[in-house]
Amino acid sequence: MARISASVYSSHIPAIGVAIDQNKTQEPYWAPLFQGFEASREWLKDNPPDVVFLVYNDHATAFSLDIIPTFAIGTAPRFEVADEGWGPRPVPDVVGHPEFASHIAQAVIEDEFDLTIVNHMDVDHGLTVPLSLMCGKVDAWPFQIIPFAVNVVQYPAPLGRRCYRLGQAIRRAVESFDEPLNVQIWGTGGMSHQLQGPRAGLINREFDNAFLDRLIADPEDLAQMPHIDYIREAGSEGIELVMWLIARGAMGDGAGGPAPRVVHRFYHVPASNTALGHLILEEKG
Amino acid sequence: MALDKPYKDVPGTTVFDADQSRRGYWLNQFCTSLMKAENRERFKANERTYLDEWPMTEDQKQAVMDRDLNRCIELGGNIYFLARVGATDGKSFQQMAGSMTGMTEEAYREMMVKGGRSIEGNRYTGEKEQV
Repeated sequence: MARISASVYSSHIPAIGVAIDQNKTQEPYWAPLFQGFEASREWLKDNPPDVVFLVYNDHATAFSLDIIPTFAIGTAPRFEVADEGWGPRPVPDVVGHPEFASHIAQAVIEDEFDLTIVNHMDVDHGLTVPLSLMCGKVDAWPFQIIPFAVNVVQYPAPLGRRCYRLGQAIRRAVESFDEPLNVQIWGTGGMSHQLQGPRAGLINREFDNAFLDRLIADPEDLAQMPHIDYIREAGSEGIELVMWLIARGAMGDGAGGPAPRVVHRFYHVPASNTALGHLILEEKG
Repeated sequence: MALDKPYKDVPGTTVFDADQSRRGYWLNQFCTSLMKAENRERFKANERTYLDEWPMTEDQKQAVMDRDLNRCIELGGNIYFLARVGATDGKSFQQMAGSMTGMTEEAYREMMVKGGRSIEGNRYTGEKEQV
């Protein structure tokens, strides 16, 4: 059967993609941030997944205001890299896993999470920036990817506890797939940031680090945090952090197993307007 | 009974909820149209003519032409959609965000390098005046 071996968490700031694409990663502004991912890239090479289930949000790219799905799973064989207005990023297209993605969709919907199924969508920086951070510059992404888009653009995003429970359901769905796939689940977005209005530029280190502590040690309790706390404390765009709870819910301790092992933890301010957080959790045994 | 909207007292912040989305539907759809290169060219060639093709309010059109992002947001715009206008102008997200704060581009960048805007005094409307 397929199994989840690890979860990876990372912000997905678009300026990071620009820095990678324009070879600026060694510049003084960016070097400390990229150094925080060197151990992660080594870890990924040593622990290569077959499939990454990648939780991210679309930024008014594939979904305009015409259709706003709360949870959307990509079941296509291939996803093209979107032109977000600056031209598409020069990174490889994303190769999906239609059979596995469709299996997860069916299982999760039967588990009472009513996903939207998407057979055609372009993917934006929310998905490609974490891939670049973890894989570097490559000709092809070294695994198949199931894009999983969460609405955090139009309020309300799904509640934290809903996201956590969805993660638990995704784990059950993965484990009911017959092929012996090694699966990682990634949660992206955040951490504290606000991109609009006179309060733009807000950063809250205390909130972010407490979030990381609780995500590791007590995610079920963290999942109870109401939306207003994210908005007030971590900025209007900080609410992206609910997506991390989907990945966290898919770890073994959410199904009665042992707590995961912290492989790597990193926090850096600033990346453009945003606080970057990064975490890798590995299943024990 | 009315919906609870506890986010109305967060200073300097407009949450893009269902009301704002309804208000800004055409403004945001106009922004989405700028994802196509040929539309960006047509918009740049004559902004007024291009905007007049959309059933936006006059205030929305004026706010776009003024590049007044705070006003655009007040009128239902969402920053991820408005970013298409910024991209058309060759602006980065940092330039766009900074333009809404009343700070110069340099001062905003400097604030971010020094760790960003503090949460202290920025949680509740009117908090600063009370301190």
